[in-house]
Amino acid sequence: MSKSKRVIIEPVTRVEGHGKVSLLLDENNKVKQARFHVVEFRGFERFIQGRPYWEIPVLVQRLCGICPVSHHLAAAKAMDQIVGADKLTPTAEKMRRLMHYGQMFQSHALHFFHLCSPDLLFGFDADPKIRNVIGVAAKYPELAVQGVMMRKYGQEIIKATAGKKIHGTGAIPGGINKNLSIAERDVFLKDIKQMLDWSRSALKIAKDYTVENLEKLTPFASFDSNHLSLIRSDGAMDLYHGNLRAITADGKKIFDQVDYTNYLDYITEEVKSWSYMKFPFIKSLGPQNGWYRVGPLARINTCDFIDTPEAEAARKEFMAVTSGKPNNITMAYHWARMIETLHSIEKINELLNDKDLQGTDLVVKGKRRSEGIGLLEAPRGTLFHHYKINDDDQIVMANLIVSTTNNNEPFNRAVQKVAADHIDGVAEITEGLLNHIEVAIRAYDPCLSCATHAMGKMPLKVTLFDYQGNEIASKTKE
Amino acid sequence: MSKQITFSIDGVEVKGKEGQTILQAADEAGIYIPRLCYMEGLVPHGSCRVCTVIVNGKPQTACTQPIAEGMTVENDTPELKEHRRNIIDMLFIEGNHFCMFCEKSGNCELQALAYRLGILSPKFPYFFPKKDIDATHPDIFLDLNRCILCGRCVEASKDIDRKGVFDFVGRGINKKIAVNAEANLKDTNLAIADKAADVCPVGSINKKHTAFATPIGKRLYDVKPIGSEIEERKK
Ligand code: SF4
Ligand code: FES
Repeated sequence: MSKSKRVIIEPVTRVEGHGKVSLLLDENNKVKQARFHVVEFRGFERFIQGRPYWEIPVLVQRLCGICPVSHHLAAAKAMDQIVGADKLTPTAEKMRRLMHYGQMFQSHALHFFHLCSPDLLFGFDADPKIRNVIGVAAKYPELAVQGVMMRKYGQEIIKATAGKKIHGTGAIPGGINKNLSIAERDVFLKDIKQMLDWSRSALKIAKDYTVENLEKLTPFASFDSNHLSLIRSDGAMDLYHGNLRAITADGKKIFDQVDYTNYLDYITEEVKSWSYMKFPFIKSLGPQNGWYRVGPLARINTCDFIDTPEAEAARKEFMAVTSGKPNNITMAYHWARMIETLHSIEKINELLNDKDLQGTDLVVKGKRRSEGIGLLEAPRGTLFHHYKINDDDQIVMANLIVSTTNNNEPFNRAVQKVAADHIDGVAEITEGLLNHIEVAIRAYDPCLSCATHAMGKMPLKVTLFDYQGNEIASKTKE
Repeated sequence: MSKQITFSIDGVEVKGKEGQTILQAADEAGIYIPRLCYMEGLVPHGSCRVCTVIVNGKPQTACTQPIAEGMTVENDTPELKEHRRNIIDMLFIEGNHFCMFCEKSGNCELQALAYRLGILSPKFPYFFPKKDIDATHPDIFLDLNRCILCGRCVEASKDIDRKGVFDFVGRGINKKIAVNAEANLKDTNLAIADKAADVCPVGSINKKHTAFATPIGKRLYDVKPIGSEIEERKK
């Protein structure tokens, strides 16, 4: 009886576990394959079977401790289709956007100050004893304070739109359950200048570091890949809504302006025996070549422009580094993430000055459907929610592709690249290897790091197998 | 006019009318006795035992016990609080109460009582029982994962709606709410305007398509704890 319950609870808590890496060597002790294991939460898709559709946007937030708002909104977008709400009221659409940009802002700020700034400020070869958030707080106290305040600002926006900082209820099928009062708005407007300023300076840190160390960063954990994201119909970056665009490593379009309710015609998932997690790929390219990257780097690469002035200027500088071609440098994720942080706060500023947020028309409904698909760009990349319901309003099918799943193959590539650079004929796990794997994984901000965000540490276990599959070494970095 | 009766609750003199229960008289006097199965307007079921008070030294359920001249009632004592906490704790583990995604959250009497009594985390191991869901009715969703067997829906459907849609079946741990139909809720004559659709203290009987429409902060128990509406009656 209690068995089915176990299935639900464990995967969710286990997401916050160790990063586990296995490295397979060939006969000459060169790296043949790297596998980055992420425990995923397929159990969830079963657990929600039979639940009523209106519960899902709230329920599904349990999926992830770190960006519950993304799941909340993606599910709500799917449920909009179920209740036939094809166009939300301006107040509902903008309140949801505000919530989403608040989430993006707080998540990116958290990542930057806890996981990325130690690598950037001390250099990724620095002693791990100081290369952590405690080290940053000691040497750059004002920066640590900024990180905390930016995160708080984003969280307060989530609270004002969703009702709570975590696991709110704001987005409901067909709309939103509240607007933004003038009093709530004014609290945010009071600090907006400061937030803009701090976002600019964080962006500058990420940019300067990347540009100054470009030569060293370019090969680090890098590889060519396709890139995928949602895009607005005019080609602008749009983190909340759009159509799918995928490009190759050198910028050719694989598909463009694809209505995401047709995603199954373009993307499919492969199951591999050794991983809980599925491997999505672009159908037309096949599993070998069809994998892609998502997240900040992919979004900057896929969009034609950004519709806020400062982030657009920053995007141009970013693209200039690779002469306008897509940037495939893993460590450039940090810079891209900070461009998005600035974009998010510019968007928040725009929205706060929009009177629609005080509107009272909150929900619309239309002709009921039995299927709903909701996509958005979560902090870590494209997030897919797909549901079917029966005549009694119960979920009968759920398919979720989370950002970390989309980046599954890229994780392996990044780790493989780092491992290949370190292990060359000598089957040994060095401290340097452990550190560099950590730096590479951190660049992607996979959500398994959530529980350990606070300390800026990600427990990491690396295991080495010889060509016959025997375990020959294992090392853990706490 | 009915006869006035004077008695005491926790040493405070209370005047009630003949025929009232302790709970009714206390309510009028603005004294809150925690309760769960009782609902004004329905015949008291006396099943949850949350309203247990000590009457002249003996435990009694306040929702069923009539008042009598000179009786002494103890209500707000550490022992009774502990007793009530234990009942609430057991109700939580006997069902599948996931407040974090329950549409009744913030309006739920079980949850509100747990907060009022200071229950922060479960004290007993969860049972995780397997419970039925009946989603067949076009307007009403029945989720027995959250049913606490208070009997309100049974009483309301029988006495007020005169339909008898719900009843108890089984005994002990297997006791549950059943619907009066060959098959499912859709085969009963339950209507959305029925009293029975409105009385559930928890998220077991829900009106479809309406969930989460009230934002957090504006729900029944978001600002004031359960019972304060009664305590406010005190002049
Ligand atoms: S369904 Fe609700 S009203 Fe009926 S017995 Fe269960 S808890 Fe009480
Ligand atoms: S309220 Fe008196 S027994 Fe339930």
